[in-house]
Amino acid sequence: MTDPSRRRGVRLPFNPWHLLLAPLALLFAVPLIWLGLSSVMSDAEINRFPPALWPSGIHLGGYRFVLGNAMFPRWFANSLIVSAVAVVSNLLLGTLGGYAFARMRFGGSRVLLVLMLATMAIPFQLTMIPTFLVMRKLGLVDTLGALIVPSLVTPFAVFLLRQFFLSLPRELEEAAWIDGCSRLRVLFQIVVPLSRPALSTVAVLTFLTTWNDLSWPLIALNHDANYTLQLGLTTFRGQHHTQWSAVMAGNVITVLPVLLAFLAAQKTFVRSITSTGLKG
Amino acid sequence: MSRLPTPITRPAPRTPAPAAPRAPARPARRAGRREAATAWVFVLPSVLVILGLSVVPVLWSLLLSFQYSDLLTPSVWVGWDNYRQLADDPQFAQAVRNTLEYTALYVPLSIGLGLVLALVLDRRIRFAGLYRTLLFVPFVVSAAAQGVLFSFILDPEFGAANSLLHHLGVSPQGFLSDPGQALLVLVGISLWSGTGFCVVIYLAALQDVPRELTEAATLDGAGRRHVLRHVTLPTIAPVSVFLLLWQTISALQVFDLVYVTTKGGPLGSTTVIVYFVWEQAFRNFTAGYGAAAAYVLGVALLVAAAALRLVRRRGDRRIEGATS
Repeated sequence: MTDPSRRRGVRLPFNPWHLLLAPLALLFAVPLIWLGLSSVMSDAEINRFPPALWPSGIHLGGYRFVLGNAMFPRWFANSLIVSAVAVVSNLLLGTLGGYAFARMRFGGSRVLLVLMLATMAIPFQLTMIPTFLVMRKLGLVDTLGALIVPSLVTPFAVFLLRQFFLSLPRELEEAAWIDGCSRLRVLFQIVVPLSRPALSTVAVLTFLTTWNDLSWPLIALNHDANYTLQLGLTTFRGQHHTQWSAVMAGNVITVLPVLLAFLAAQKTFVRSITSTGLKG
Repeated sequence: MSRLPTPITRPAPRTPAPAAPRAPARPARRAGRREAATAWVFVLPSVLVILGLSVVPVLWSLLLSFQYSDLLTPSVWVGWDNYRQLADDPQFAQAVRNTLEYTALYVPLSIGLGLVLALVLDRRIRFAGLYRTLLFVPFVVSAAAQGVLFSFILDPEFGAANSLLHHLGVSPQGFLSDPGQALLVLVGISLWSGTGFCVVIYLAALQDVPRELTEAATLDGAGRRHVLRHVTLPTIAPVSVFLLLWQTISALQVFDLVYVTTKGGPLGSTTVIVYFVWEQAFRNFTAGYGAAAAYVLGVALLVAAAALRLVRRRGDRRIEGATS
C-alpha cells in the first residue's frame, strides 16, 4: 500500500474523482443529517410550506413527547432485552455447536452439518407462517419469547465459529487435553480466548439483525406494550403522522444505538459484514 | 433489507475432512462413546432451534399450501386449488411483476455503483476512509427507520424534497404516493442503504488482487483500462457472482421497507411477493393461499441460485482454461 511507485505521475490541484465522490457522499449523508435536524425542530417550523431547512434553535418537544407520552422507553427496553439475549445465546450455543462440529467425532455429524448449512438458504417467507403456528403452540405469541426463541442460535453463528476453530492449531488444545482437562475447560480456557475475531463477528451481526428486524415482530406481537423499537416506531408514525418532530425524535432513538455502535467499532463492523460475503 | 447476510455459502474452504481427531491413546472405544455423548450435548440446542424452526416449518408450509387455512379453525385439504387460483390472480401477477421490476433495477445498479466506487476508493485518494464510512453508514440503519425517514423527506406536502424542488422551480412530486413513481422511489431508497454493502465487499476483494499481477501487466505496457478488464475484474469475478446472488435474493424478498412506506400501494403499484404473502396470511387469514405464493417464490429463488451456480462453474472453468 505504501509503495511510492504507485503514485500517479500527473498532479492536479485535487484528484478529479472527488468531483464524483464528494456530491455522492453528501447525498448519502444528507438524509441522516436531516433526521437529526428535524428531530429538534418545532412543529411550526416543520409544518409550514416550504418547511424550514435548518432549525431556529434546539426544540426538545419531540423528544419530550416521545419519552413521556409514548411507549418508546418500554420499546427500547424490549429491543435491548431481545438483542442482548440473542447475542449472548448465539455466542454460547454457537461456540458449543461450532466446536463440536470442528473437533469432535460423533455419529451423524456430517449430515447434521450439511442440513444446517442448507437451512441458511431457506427464505424467511417460507417459514414465517408455520413459525407463527409453532410459537402459538408454545404459547409464546405476543410475548418477547416469540422473538427470542427463533433467534437463540443461527446456523451462521455455528458455521462461522466452526470454520474459525478449524483454523486454530490443534496442538494447543492437545497439550491441555493430555494434562487431563475436560472438553469444556479446553474450550472455554484455551479456544474461546483465541477466537475473539470470530466471536465479535457473530456478536455484531446478531445484534444488527435482531435490533433491526421488523417483519418477525410484526407477525409475532399484538399488544403495543410488547413491541420492539422498530415495530413501535412504525405504528407510532401511523398514528401521529402530523407530529413529524416527535416521529423523527423516535426515529433518532431507534437508529442511534446501532449508529453509535457502528462508529465506535467501525472496523469490526466492516470486517464482520465482509466476512459474510467472502469467507462464508 | 433488514435481514442480514446469512451467508450464501460458497463451498467451504477446502479444509481437511473434518476432524478425524487424533485422539490421544486412551481406552479408545469408551472414550469415543463418551466424546460422542458430549458432542451431542454441545450441538443439541443448536440442532433443536435451527432444524426445529426451519426444516419443520418448510415442510409444514408445503402442507399448508395444499390446504385452506384461516390459522384458527382446522384446515381443509384442497389439493392444487391454491396454486390454480394463484395462476389466475391478477394481484399476484402484479406482485410478481413489481418484484421483478424492483429486482431488475436494484441489483445491477447497486452492484455497478458499488464496483465503480470501490475501484475509485481503492486508488490512493484522500479521504477514502471518510467516503467509505459515509457510503456505508446507511446500511446499518434499519428498514423501519429508513422507511419512516424517507416518508418524511418525500412527504408531498411537508417534505424537504418538494421544498427543495420548489426552490429550484420544479413542480411538487407525488413520490411514494404516485403510482407511477413509488416503485422507483423504493429502488432509490434501497440503493441509498444497499450500495455501501457492495462497496465494502468489493473493497475487501480488491485488497486481495495481487499487486504483482497488476504491476506486471502495467510493466508489459497494458493501459489502465486493460489491467482493469483483463486482470482486476477476472480476479474479483467470484465476488461479483456472490454479490449478484446475494443482492438478487434480498431484492426478491424485500418486505420491511414496503410495509413501512407504502403498504403495497398506491393502487398496488408496490405490492411485492413477500408483502402479498404476508397480507394473505395475516390480514386476510388465507394462510394456505399465502403459503402457496411463498412456495412459488421459494422455487424461483432455488432456480435462480442453481442457475447462477451453473454459470459460475462454467466461468471458473473458463478462467482456469485461460490461465493454464
